[in-house]
Amino acid sequence: DALSTIILFLQNYPLYIRSIPTENELKFHYMVHTSLDVVDEKISAMGKALVDQRELYLGLLYPTEDYKVYGYVTNSKVKFVMVVDSSNTALRDNEIRSMFRKLHNSYTDVMCNPFYNPGDRIQSRAFDGMVTSMMIQVC
Amino acid sequence: MDAPEEPLPPVIYTMENKPIVTCAGDQNLFTSIYPTLSQQLPREPMEWRRSYGRAPKMIHLESNFVQFKEELLPKEGNKALLTFPFLHIYWTECCDTEVYKATVKDDLTKWQNVLKAYSSVDWLIVVVENDAKKKNKTNILPRASIVDKIRNDFCNKQSDRCVVLSDPLKDSSRTQESWNAFLTKLRTLLLMSFTKNLGKFEDDMRTLREKRTEPGWSFCEYFMVQEELAFVFEMLQQFEDALVQYDELDALFSQYVVNFGAGDGANWLTFFCQPVKSWNGLILRKPIDMEKRELIQRQEATLLDLRSYLFSRQCTLLLFLQRPWEVAQRALELLHSCVQELKLLEVSVPPGALDCWVFLSCLEVLQRIEGCCDRAQIDSNIAHTVGLWSYATEKLKSLGYLCGLVSEKGPNSEDLNRTVDLLAGLGAERPETANTAQSPYKKLKEALSSVEAFEKHYLDLSHATIEMFTSIGRIRSAKLVGKDLAEFYMRKKSPQKAEMYLQGALKNYLAEGWALPITHTRKQLAECQKRLGQIENYLQTSSLLASDQHLTTDEREYFCREILSFASQQTDSPGHRVALPMHSFAQLRDLRFTPANAVVHVGGVLSVEITVCSQMPVPIHVEQIAIHVHFSIEKNSYRKTAEWLTKHKTANGVVNFPAEASPFPTSQSSLPALELYEMFERSPSDNSLNTTGIICKNVHMLLRRQESSTSLEASSGLALEDGAHVLRCAGVTLQPGPNTIVFRTQAREPGTYTLRQLCASLGPVWFVLPHIYPLVQYDVYSQEPQLLVEPLADSLLAGIPQKVKFTVTTGHYTVKNGDSLQLSNVDAMLILCPEENRAVIYSNTREKVSDALLRVQSSDKVTSISLPAAPTYHLIEFELEVLSLPSAPAAGGESTLLGVTEPHGKHKDTQKTGHCMATTDHKVSIDCPWSIYSTVIALTFSVPFRTTHSLLSSGTRKYVQVCVQNLSELDFQLSDSRLVDTHDSTDLRLIPLNTESEQCIHSRQAVFFVWELKWTQEPPPSLHCRFSTGFSPASEEQLSVSLKPYTYEFQVENFFTLYNVRAEISPPPGTEHCRTGSLCSLDVSITRLSDLLEVDKDEALMESDEYFSTKLMYEVVDNSSNWAVCGKSSGVISMPVTAQATHRVHMEVMPLFAGYLPLPDVRLFKYLPHHSAQSSQLDADSWIENDSLSVDKHVDDQLDSGSVKSRGSVHSAASSEHKGLPMPRLRALPPGQAFNSSAGTQVLVIPSKDDHVLEVSVT
Repeated sequence: DALSTIILFLQNYPLYIRSIPTENELKFHYMVHTSLDVVDEKISAMGKALVDQRELYLGLLYPTEDYKVYGYVTNSKVKFVMVVDSSNTALRDNEIRSMFRKLHNSYTDVMCNPFYNPGDRIQSRAFDGMVTSMMIQVC
Repeated sequence: MDAPEEPLPPVIYTMENKPIVTCAGDQNLFTSIYPTLSQQLPREPMEWRRSYGRAPKMIHLESNFVQFKEELLPKEGNKALLTFPFLHIYWTECCDTEVYKATVKDDLTKWQNVLKAYSSVDWLIVVVENDAKKKNKTNILPRASIVDKIRNDFCNKQSDRCVVLSDPLKDSSRTQESWNAFLTKLRTLLLMSFTKNLGKFEDDMRTLREKRTEPGWSFCEYFMVQEELAFVFEMLQQFEDALVQYDELDALFSQYVVNFGAGDGANWLTFFCQPVKSWNGLILRKPIDMEKRELIQRQEATLLDLRSYLFSRQCTLLLFLQRPWEVAQRALELLHSCVQELKLLEVSVPPGALDCWVFLSCLEVLQRIEGCCDRAQIDSNIAHTVGLWSYATEKLKSLGYLCGLVSEKGPNSEDLNRTVDLLAGLGAERPETANTAQSPYKKLKEALSSVEAFEKHYLDLSHATIEMFTSIGRIRSAKLVGKDLAEFYMRKKSPQKAEMYLQGALKNYLAEGWALPITHTRKQLAECQKRLGQIENYLQTSSLLASDQHLTTDEREYFCREILSFASQQTDSPGHRVALPMHSFAQLRDLRFTPANAVVHVGGVLSVEITVCSQMPVPIHVEQIAIHVHFSIEKNSYRKTAEWLTKHKTANGVVNFPAEASPFPTSQSSLPALELYEMFERSPSDNSLNTTGIICKNVHMLLRRQESSTSLEASSGLALEDGAHVLRCAGVTLQPGPNTIVFRTQAREPGTYTLRQLCASLGPVWFVLPHIYPLVQYDVYSQEPQLLVEPLADSLLAGIPQKVKFTVTTGHYTVKNGDSLQLSNVDAMLILCPEENRAVIYSNTREKVSDALLRVQSSDKVTSISLPAAPTYHLIEFELEVLSLPSAPAAGGESTLLGVTEPHGKHKDTQKTGHCMATTDHKVSIDCPWSIYSTVIALTFSVPFRTTHSLLSSGTRKYVQVCVQNLSELDFQLSDSRLVDTHDSTDLRLIPLNTESEQCIHSRQAVFFVWELKWTQEPPPSLHCRFSTGFSPASEEQLSVSLKPYTYEFQVENFFTLYNVRAEISPPPGTEHCRTGSLCSLDVSITRLSDLLEVDKDEALMESDEYFSTKLMYEVVDNSSNWAVCGKSSGVISMPVTAQATHRVHMEVMPLFAGYLPLPDVRLFKYLPHHSAQSSQLDADSWIENDSLSVDKHVDDQLDSGSVKSRGSVHSAASSEHKGLPMPRLRALPPGQAFNSSAGTQVLVIPSKDDHVLEVSVT
């Protein structure tokens, strides 16, 4: 029942979208897209402070009745957004934070691939596998 | 002050609550002091040190002073804190020992006993001193005595529990001091009491909390206990601490719910799971919602009741703390978590009930915040409240849908029933909002009352939310609300209102590349456009949807059919067309030209094969596919073509088009990739690099303004170019996926044709690709007919038949039967015509078309070649043999060292040194049928041989040697070699010493011929010879023509031997061999071999009485430094011109090395006397100049350096003796005249024994 959508963006263009379950994907897309407003707001509001503290985790972006949307932004302003079912109470801030860090590491690996064109959709199998394992772990 | 007199009210839960302090003893005294006390107590803050490491706080203390009563003291187990008396004070004014003993002491004892019974230790005895009162008394004790007594009697070890307050009502410094001390004491004691009693309370509370796992534990009971603590903190104005109590309760409850969800249910929690029956929302307008509190106290509260009450308390405290925005944020969290918790606890909730509750709550929170903030504050904190607004909007929307208020026909009876049920759950409006016009309750009731009212409220809310989102820059959120609104409008049959919102949202999704929202929004937009009758837009959206991979096949087919049905029905208005962008319909993949280089001549056929990928889900029959072509005349089209061919064309004539920007076009990915090229600019003179750089070829694509408005949905800019040049292909069925379409065209006007647009028409629907990029062009050229003549081999050889290739490029000229090439004949060059000569006709692409017999007719002056008929843009190729004749014998008698056939007068003769062949140019003038002008073609022939001759002597016998060198790559057969005297002297005979009549001369090799010269009479001073030899290529079997022999003419002069020179070296007498370092004798004998001859008659000849003599100079030179000539090495002798006259010279020479040494050279010169007449005119330098010239003239190469040296020595000698005198001249004897009979002899020199110390200096 617990759900997780993981999306990465460059600017606001999705580089990678993955959600489980897939039935209600459209709703998540709308939700995540809307959450970018808050990401932008947070980045611009505390942008400088974030850079200084090397704090990339943006925390809970906005809660909805059923889901919690968390955000993370890399130094190169690549945004990560994660949607978690509100009923999944096992996931605290710390878990979310470490998941983001894992994602970030994996994303860095993708970027290190000389055949990857920054800005292209991510189609790395390794990255996919990592996300899958993370989602399975969460559910 | 009436406080002590009033009956104690039960518990007043208001902000006016203050900690209770009881007063015993003299009530009148207290009453008089009370005003000052209550005023002074809160004036100074006091630091409150807290237990459990909590931060100390400054507190302004206030108290509620009440008359002491035993009932006020809490009984054991009473958890009430608000009614707890924190301090008990006994007031006395007594200054009389007697009075004290009589009444006060007893009273005090009684008071103390009561306190002890309730184990209350927080007490204070205040003794008020009043000077005025003292004066009235006689038996006045010293001031301290009563106090001492009291302390002694009651304050065991706590003497500070008894304080003195002096003249409290006076205005003196002593009074002030006294007050200050008293107040400090009072505050300290109060705080001590707080610390102690609250600490005890907290301990008890904690103990109670620890029991929460026990079966009988009740959350509500615990709630009441902890809330008591919160109340006290609130009473002490410690709102932060109070809030913490509620937050702890909140967290505790949340944890229980979570645990319940995890299966770990607590009994008491099941009580909260009762079905929701009331959903009247949060009540935030009272500090304490007693109604709900009582429900909790009675353990009858539902989850919503508990949550509502808890939040109302938190809200109150947050507002006290001036944190209204936190209220908003927490409210949103609360509403979300309540919905979650009800779900988790599986509480049955009537449909819509929660929506009502949330809606009411949102508005209640917003109104509560608005009530305590001003407009500016609210406006600057929209970010905090907008969440509630949008939540309320969302909930109202779902209520509207639920209650049938959004449907076309309005609510049905079922909807109405549901509405009634929902309204019933709201209950009656609360009294506190009853008078508010815009209360949430009224709003909701009104909104649910009718379709119109709902619309009004929903639109109000939506617009407000959109406005708020927009104002704080949350554009995406605003668009999402807008989309909901659009859905609403669509339901309400107002597509014109919906369109704006859908377009706005779609633009946003497109810009950021969100595939699913794009698809979804497009679907909605399609519906909207259809209803609005925007045919063009609808078709465009439909085409986009039909090609959308995110839709199901059925959906895609539906939209595809929409297009097709429109295309088929619209026949009534011809000429009307709907232009749609091509990319959603089909995508151009690649394009292939035939011929591959995309260059055709006028009239040629060009085919263009394109591959388009149909994006449609079904096969589509397209009436016509057309490529619009732009034509431009290139001035220099042929050159441009050649350049273009090499530079820009892919080898196979295929142009690939980049895949159409992914279905998610974003501002980023839709940008084309940089097309960078290196650029080198070299100086034209020396080819050195001047400039280098990188050129971006598609700058115009990259640097254009990024206009968000020119999104793909914009159908403008699809201007159809109606050019005259269109490639068409009719009746094509495009299958889903790649399709190949072939266009054919016949080239007409020469120039460059650029493929601009691709257009597929489907009835009135035209799918247009407005720009074909990268640039695709084909060229049509027109070519003038041309004749090219070139040798087959690297170079043509003179003297033998050579093949020459004729290429006629017909260009735009058609070669008819009878057309011929007229070649003007050249004397020295023959055009040979073999019988079977064929001309081959090739097409423009070098494919053989046919061949024909070539007819060549020759007359004296003209050779006519009949060309076979050939169409335009073909090649005619044939070969002819030409023969450059060796030219006629040289007319001039000039002797040539290197024999060269003298070329025909007008021929240029180039001769290079080394092994290059001499060449001869023949210019042929050709008249072509297509031109009135003659074409002049120069053919260069190379002479394959180089011939040299030399005169050889043996004493008086003479030989002529001719060397023929073959410079060509071919082998030749030489035959019939002959040497003749051209003057045909009868007494001269040339006897060949050559054995073979035929000889092979291989490439790069030489053949020598020798003839002996014999004469009977006196030989002539010069001899003119002609060498001739027949030659033919060794490889060729049979030659069609007889070849002329190769000739070489030359002249030999002074060939008769006059002198014989003999040198001899003999060892010193007595020795057998010469030794190095020892002088040997050199004997030179010069013998005249003939009598006076014609050649002797020159200046040097002197005639004496009987005989003639001539002056000769001899010189001994050893160039190899083998010998040192000692003494005079040269001398002038007078030689009689008589046969056998001999002159002997003796010299001494010393060998410098051991071994067989060649003899030193002996040279002879003619010693010519000076002319006295000339000498006066010419200066010495001229003489020398002349002399050197004369010396140089006939000296053989091998002697050259020696002769120069010897000459130098002679000169120096001559010039030293000369000094103004005329100088004699020297002339070397021609090699034929002097014969050195000792040439080549060697002398054995053996080394001397001590040659290692040999040192010879020759001066």
